[in-house]
Amino acid sequence: MSVIRNAELVPAPARRSFAALFSNVSRWRVPLSILALCILPWVLPSQALAVNVLIYGLVAVGYNLLFGYTGLLSFGHAAFFGAGAYATGIAIGAFGVHWFIAMLIGVLVSGLLATVMGMLAIRTRGIYFSMVTLALAQLVYYAALQASSWTGGENGLRGFTVSTLHLPGFSVNFLDPLVKYYAIMIVVAGALWFVSRVLNSPFGAVIEAIRENETRARACGYDVERTKLLSFILSGILCGLAGTLSAMHLSIVPLDSLHYHTSGLIVMMTLLGGAGSFFGPFIGALAFLSMEDIFSLWTSNWQLIVGVIFILFVLYLPKGIWGTLISWGKSR
Amino acid sequence: MSVTNIGKQFGGLVALKDVTADFREGQITAIIGPNGAGKSTFFNILSGALKPSSGTLRFRGADMAGVPQHDYVHRGIARSYQITNIFPNLSVLENVRVAAQAFRSRMNIWADRSADRDSEDRASAMLASVGLSARAATPAKFLAHGQQRALEIAIALVADPALLLLDEPTAGMGPEETREMVALIEKLAAQRTILLVEHKMKMILGLSDRVLVLHHGQMLADGTPKEIQANSEVRRVYLGQNDGYA
Repeated sequence: MSVIRNAELVPAPARRSFAALFSNVSRWRVPLSILALCILPWVLPSQALAVNVLIYGLVAVGYNLLFGYTGLLSFGHAAFFGAGAYATGIAIGAFGVHWFIAMLIGVLVSGLLATVMGMLAIRTRGIYFSMVTLALAQLVYYAALQASSWTGGENGLRGFTVSTLHLPGFSVNFLDPLVKYYAIMIVVAGALWFVSRVLNSPFGAVIEAIRENETRARACGYDVERTKLLSFILSGILCGLAGTLSAMHLSIVPLDSLHYHTSGLIVMMTLLGGAGSFFGPFIGALAFLSMEDIFSLWTSNWQLIVGVIFILFVLYLPKGIWGTLISWGKSR
Repeated sequence: MSVTNIGKQFGGLVALKDVTADFREGQITAIIGPNGAGKSTFFNILSGALKPSSGTLRFRGADMAGVPQHDYVHRGIARSYQITNIFPNLSVLENVRVAAQAFRSRMNIWADRSADRDSEDRASAMLASVGLSARAATPAKFLAHGQQRALEIAIALVADPALLLLDEPTAGMGPEETREMVALIEKLAAQRTILLVEHKMKMILGLSDRVLVLHHGQMLADGTPKEIQANSEVRRVYLGQNDGYA
């Protein structure tokens, strides 16, 4: 009897420490993310890859607010990423605006676009919602293709370069890859802190309730449409912010950033890392871009390998990398 | 709550026709009727999920015609669902807390939700009163069926509604769980008006102050359980053919 009791006692502290570990990770999620981002350029094979992880990680985090937390599968988030990038590029290139104002303009334009697209898409549900977002994003793509005097059409937007970030009192050399990485990281860290606050807020509780059961959330007294729209706009703004960073980083805006391939990429990264979790999207972006980096050295058909891995994940680990780790930790 | 000449059509199908009723405060009213009698439609209209095609719905003197469904609970009308309608992946406590939060904060993206002690305290107290305190941290989907039904009612009750609409509160329950639910409803009835749709005849006759019988979308009878049992029309369309339908 005492043997059995002892045997039962052994795993208990282990279980407690795992649960404690995960609740601590959750409490310190913003500082931990920033710490991880600080060492990222030193562990990845190239700084270019690290900057891409930052930018696409932010896109996926923004997308996750809508998809993972509100439960709305948008296939049109490239529109906000692209709109932010184009607006910033045009503001700098055509109007010679200060980089910071240009970033604000990029965020504002993507926010306005998200408001319009959101108001139209949120009237529909399920697969129709996905299709409407896809169609509206394609509309934006073709608009950018046609308005070539503003956007450069198929060649993408060129002719703007940010080489120095002028700040009150000092300037930052934006051509130095490492300096550039950390400058972008500060913006991304701010965005992560913002998202963390939103998720912890009463609004964050409401979007999860809507994801879980829209009918009941409405019966509980929540204006589901308004809440969804706000989530859509916040999500669009975050993707737009990533777009402005991408424009400043690359000094060009490829037309492809508006293409539905980009929208698909965002969905894939989010799913791969784990939708509906704080770290998931960033981990997904890191995993996806690292795979691209490694496999594209071996073969030009690297997408084939990534595709197979993605299918395996959807079939066997639908919670994604981080989601699987969490449930594994909780079940211990 | 009073309804006057309520009608509802779905395309060519007339689901409800000229239903008029007045629900007095503090009473338990049951709505019965054979399948397809229009009970669910009536219930959905009372809870704001459907808008009537004709007629008026008034609550505490106010016309409810232009009121969106999500405002019903803020006016004092809450409902439970026949099919358990909870937030499956949220914890049991969070299920009730988020319902309580609707009265404090709905669109605030910046505050810390754990700073809203009031909603959490109300949710905890509600869980205690339906006997779910021990399961507070469990994801709701892992509860047993009877416990999910209790949670379902707790979500509606935390709104402290003046009028509580219960859609088959004992659906799928065994005799023991049904007895517990009846006791809970009787306890609740002391403080509020309750309207319920049910199939279990014995339970209705023992529990309600008043019974409405719907048949083919029309009001067939309205009276005390005794009057309804004695009504030959009701016996013909409903009670007789369902004898033994406990």
